[in-house]
Amino acid sequence: MSNKFYENPVIKWIEYRLPIFSFIDESVGSGYPTPKNLNYWWNFGSLAGIVLTIMIVTGIVLAMSYTPHVDYAFESVERIMRDVNYGWLMRYIHMNGGSMFFLLVYIHMFRGLYYGSYKEPRELLWIIGVFIILAMMATAFMGYVLPWGQQSFWAATVITNLFSAVPLIGDSIVTWLWGGFSVDNPTLNRFFSFHYLLPFVIFALVFVHLWALHVHKSNNPIGVDIKGPQDTIPFHPYYTMKDLYGLGVFMIFFMFFVFFAPNFFAEPDNYIKANPLVTPTHIVPEWYFLPAYAVLRAVPDIWFISAKLGGVIAMFGFTLVLLLLPWLDRSPVRSARFRPIYRQFFWVFFIDCIILGWVGANTPDAVFHGIPFLWIGRAATVYYFAHFLILIPLISILEKPKMPPQSISAAVTGTASKGAE
Amino acid sequence: MRKTIKATLLVMAMSLTFAAGPVIAAEGIKLPARNWSFTGMFGTFDRGSQQRGLQVYLEVCASCHSLRLLAYRNLAGIGLSEHQIKAIAAEAEVTDGPNKEGEMFDRPARPSDRFASPFPNDNAARASNNGALPPDLSLMVKARKGGADYLHALLTGYKEEPPAGFTLGDGMNYNTYFAGHQIAMAPPIADDAVEYADGTKATAKQIATDISTFLAWTAEPELEERKRLGIKVLLFLIVLTAMLYAVKRQIWKDLH
Repeated sequence: MSNKFYENPVIKWIEYRLPIFSFIDESVGSGYPTPKNLNYWWNFGSLAGIVLTIMIVTGIVLAMSYTPHVDYAFESVERIMRDVNYGWLMRYIHMNGGSMFFLLVYIHMFRGLYYGSYKEPRELLWIIGVFIILAMMATAFMGYVLPWGQQSFWAATVITNLFSAVPLIGDSIVTWLWGGFSVDNPTLNRFFSFHYLLPFVIFALVFVHLWALHVHKSNNPIGVDIKGPQDTIPFHPYYTMKDLYGLGVFMIFFMFFVFFAPNFFAEPDNYIKANPLVTPTHIVPEWYFLPAYAVLRAVPDIWFISAKLGGVIAMFGFTLVLLLLPWLDRSPVRSARFRPIYRQFFWVFFIDCIILGWVGANTPDAVFHGIPFLWIGRAATVYYFAHFLILIPLISILEKPKMPPQSISAAVTGTASKGAE
Repeated sequence: MRKTIKATLLVMAMSLTFAAGPVIAAEGIKLPARNWSFTGMFGTFDRGSQQRGLQVYLEVCASCHSLRLLAYRNLAGIGLSEHQIKAIAAEAEVTDGPNKEGEMFDRPARPSDRFASPFPNDNAARASNNGALPPDLSLMVKARKGGADYLHALLTGYKEEPPAGFTLGDGMNYNTYFAGHQIAMAPPIADDAVEYADGTKATAKQIATDISTFLAWTAEPELEERKRLGIKVLLFLIVLTAMLYAVKRQIWKDLH
């Protein structure tokens, strides 16, 4: 399609020297063939990209009025809320945008898990995605520290202290991270610096993610490869329009929180200025970290590995295990639609993740109908890793998948025999 | 020194991990839910209640609690005139300077000044309050679970005698809703603790309602503007999304 003909002489002149118009056309335009059967679960990737942009724009505006200094950070955020024109709007969009970003990306990931989007030839696409979620977690954590409230300060203290679990050099790492001997002004300064930098790293990763996507195109609900032009429709206007409609629905949801429940995802404690001398009795991370937090706390002392080190390893493993997924799943069939056993275990796994989140929000010594949360957390953690390391390989070998349709167009028209004329 | 820091951090990490519990509102005790005019999608502050709440703050709370994030000029937001704001500001003294001779000097506050604090610093505040620090009230309603409900419950939740078997610390007071039930603040309000300028009967409940309303506003001065704009934004988005849906259907109609 790169030799597409342009009438407009200016576009023609530019295109000859820098083929940017055909590049855009082949990326998100009529020159990008997309499976014709994508359902609404395929809206979440582009939505996440839009929220990333919203976060960068509001973040840049907020940075104009924010002061990364332990004496002024909390007050400068309140100045944004009170004295900056529409500062409250920028801040609430940014604050809730974080939750929205994770919500969208989590749905995007579960979509990938259900429809087998991580399988050959999309392994790298999936792996780049795992790096994106890791970068998002780092960014979100450091951003949470910036308002310098009680939760900010103690979250920073607890999480940076996890690195002291590293044998031999742990303490040195922590001192190095802090830029001193406690979470203090140097820590806040570097967190601000990284919080500004990392979103652009994410942006670059998203670019690579899309690059890899465009090589083999989108997966689709039946997980069957594109066999020819009859299986595809141009991205524009079909999916640009479908994405725009999805964006409208999402914005209603997002803006409801921004305007009517802006602190729904927040902890009241973070409206108390950070005080190193007063430990809050109650620290809960943001909801999107709750499953990882449950895993962190679930690990006991095992042989020579302390609970702390074990917890840290498990918490990193919680995300990193996803990197192995393309090779753990041996099934030739992508979509769970045609994998009756995997489909059931997918939903059990989904519930397991919800349980981990619920455990993360409770204290380990609290009990649920006589069962301590610590034990629920341990069981859910073991299941989480078993799902990837044992169940997925076993199911993929033992399961007898159903026969997927011959082609996308055959599935769409419902006439399996007809196919392409 | 390193050791101490490490030990403290470890204890903190442990307490964070294992000893959590609600900061506020003593465990298992439900806050009585009250009907506030400012909740809900169309909620606005009750101007009369806000202004009475300001009077309660100035006459009762301000002797111990600061309101540092607020400037006198902000009071225009609760319907006070420029003249009234100037008068209220002028009653407070703030330190300004240095002047031409290099001296700091006191002068009456102006509308552009932040609310004057009762104590010059935290240590002075503790020294005058039996070692307890009266917290700044600017964000209090946002900084506690339950918000205005909690504040109202706390202010009206004092008991003269603690329940049998509860030993109260020296100079402490028993409060049903405070975490641990021991609070350093003596019951701050009672019937007729203030005489309202607008003639409203100053029952303890009324006073608690008014100060809670006022402090809900100091915590979220943007609330009314936010909700007004929010209604417009949502209506716009709903119409836009309906139209996008119609266009989407139109474009997809002739597929297969």
